[in-house]
Amino acid sequence: MATATAPRPKPSFLRQLSTALYNRPALFLILLLSLPLGYMLIFYVGALAALLIQSFFHLDGFTGQVVREFSLDTYRDLFTASHVGIVVRTATMASAVTLAAALLAFPLAYYTTRYTTGQTRALLYLAVLLPLWSSYIIRVYSWKLILAKEGIITWFVDKLGLTALLDAVLALPVIGGPSLSFSSLGLFIVFTYIWLPYMILPIHASLERIPKSLFDASTDLGAKPMTTFRYVVLPLAFPGVVAGSIFTFSLTLGDYIIPSVIGNSSPFIGMAVYSYQGTAGNIPLAAAFTTIPIVIMGIYLTVARKLGAFDAL
Amino acid sequence: MTDPSPAVEFTDVSRHFDEVRAVERVSFRIPDGEFFTMLGPSGSGKTTCLRLIAGFDRPTAGHIQLFGRDVTKLPPYERDVNTVFQNYALFPHMTVGENIAYGLMVKKVPKAERERRVAEMLELVRLPGLHRRKPSQLSGGQQQRIALARALINHPRVLLLDEPLGALDLKLRQQMQIELKALQHEVGITFVFVTHDQEEAMSMSDRIAVFNLGRIEQIGPPAELYEQPQTRFVATFVGTSNLLEGDAAAALTGSPTAFAVRPEKIRLDDESAEAGSGDMCVADGYVQEFLYLGMHTRYIVKLDNGAEITVARQNEQIAAEQGVWRPGDRVRLIWPKLANNPLQG
Repeated sequence: MATATAPRPKPSFLRQLSTALYNRPALFLILLLSLPLGYMLIFYVGALAALLIQSFFHLDGFTGQVVREFSLDTYRDLFTASHVGIVVRTATMASAVTLAAALLAFPLAYYTTRYTTGQTRALLYLAVLLPLWSSYIIRVYSWKLILAKEGIITWFVDKLGLTALLDAVLALPVIGGPSLSFSSLGLFIVFTYIWLPYMILPIHASLERIPKSLFDASTDLGAKPMTTFRYVVLPLAFPGVVAGSIFTFSLTLGDYIIPSVIGNSSPFIGMAVYSYQGTAGNIPLAAAFTTIPIVIMGIYLTVARKLGAFDAL
Repeated sequence: MTDPSPAVEFTDVSRHFDEVRAVERVSFRIPDGEFFTMLGPSGSGKTTCLRLIAGFDRPTAGHIQLFGRDVTKLPPYERDVNTVFQNYALFPHMTVGENIAYGLMVKKVPKAERERRVAEMLELVRLPGLHRRKPSQLSGGQQQRIALARALINHPRVLLLDEPLGALDLKLRQQMQIELKALQHEVGITFVFVTHDQEEAMSMSDRIAVFNLGRIEQIGPPAELYEQPQTRFVATFVGTSNLLEGDAAAALTGSPTAFAVRPEKIRLDDESAEAGSGDMCVADGYVQEFLYLGMHTRYIVKLDNGAEITVARQNEQIAAEQGVWRPGDRVRLIWPKLANNPLQG
């Protein structure tokens, strides 16, 4: 040719790199995921594995030293009556808190998704998130004051002339105590309050995803509001309820601060773990205790899946 | 009274959303068994009217009757009507069978009868054996039929259809138009159909109500709307029309009253052509542009008096010639005065 076209300038290094990555999607994925996956492997899976291994060691009764050999002694120790009592107490509290949170959260989430729009909805959403902005320890201690014998609730109940009723409730075995802040009932109230947002948000998200036309279709086919709720809303919102209950249940199972501030100081799993790994120096038993929430959550998720909780996902 | 009550009757019905007058003093009657279409552009109030019949929405003023019974304040589940929704609104967590049986389940019809009737319905919409699938496993056309079956299984006296064919592609839509029409004959109930597609409305309906800005512009059988549009809006929304008024109208008819004339009523010919007998409009001009559309060619003619007129001419010639006249050619337009429709508004 008589007229040669000007040679293309050599592409810059960055451009070459972009092209190389564009042409090799696998390489790009490795670059994208290596950092978080490496982090997860070392700090998450590694820590869990270390925990599990520790639980198969045991404490030498005489020397108080950890014997680094495989044995089931620690698990034998775990299944003694007092330790099983701690597990049952914690699991019962976690179930009660989860149930209460679901009962409180559902109507609130239903109201915001079905009856509010725009600014009102944003404002309500903010109201749910607002407590999470302040320290959880401060909120727990505030509740200790609210629930105390000299606190605002006792005062208000007295103004209503219902002191006898409160005393009767506190006189009940198991849930009662000298005052609300020293009772299991008080502990239940604080747990429910602290974890409630974690139940509202996933239920809200699941309800928001139900198209409005499904409500119309159901009522059009002759369903009264309760029937629509039972056969359309609840099944479609169920994954949200399960997601929320995973939060409230596992957070209650693992928490040790709330039961050490509120309640009658009967131990919960978290407190047991805390004391065994600390003052008692029994790391293997502490590790064995932490496997219990993992096992309980595993069973819970399996049952939820069997019930079809994740079918609508 | 010998005259049976109409299936649906609107008496001065209005629906306002704050400042927006979605429906403004609308009245009409739909006799039992009619295929009635509410046609209009988006925001014209047709869907709001359908929702008022179903009961999803309540009118701000006026009364709604179904078979002579005032249902203005009744909730949807107390009304003997069922709806096919625009996006089908099938329940995603239920199988096709459960979706179709929903209305019967709600009415506590025994399971055996439910299953029998679901099978019947699947036959009717020609999707037998699909009852175990989930809606997400079906194509748009299949979902459409399931939505139909779910509504019809309840034996409603009126079936409401909210742009049910809007999401389907052209061929499937045309096939469903034929099937819907046949289905209506088969089940023999009143269909109230909402669409913005004037061709769809014309091909299926016994009568059409043309909606614009929350009001009904005209109600009538398809041919009447097409041949005798009473308003500017109907003349242009239902098919295409040439609108002439003022001096341009006076030059042709002797009166400045606005009128509409359809492009295919006008004969396009050479300038030397004779007008022929009868009371004719004759106008000369030149071809400005032409659009070859296969079955016919559309010529845009600039008249000597300044008006622009569209003429549709059947492509009778067999040669692969795209038009008889070229831009710039002098032509004569001839049409009977009877084809002129005086417009009221």
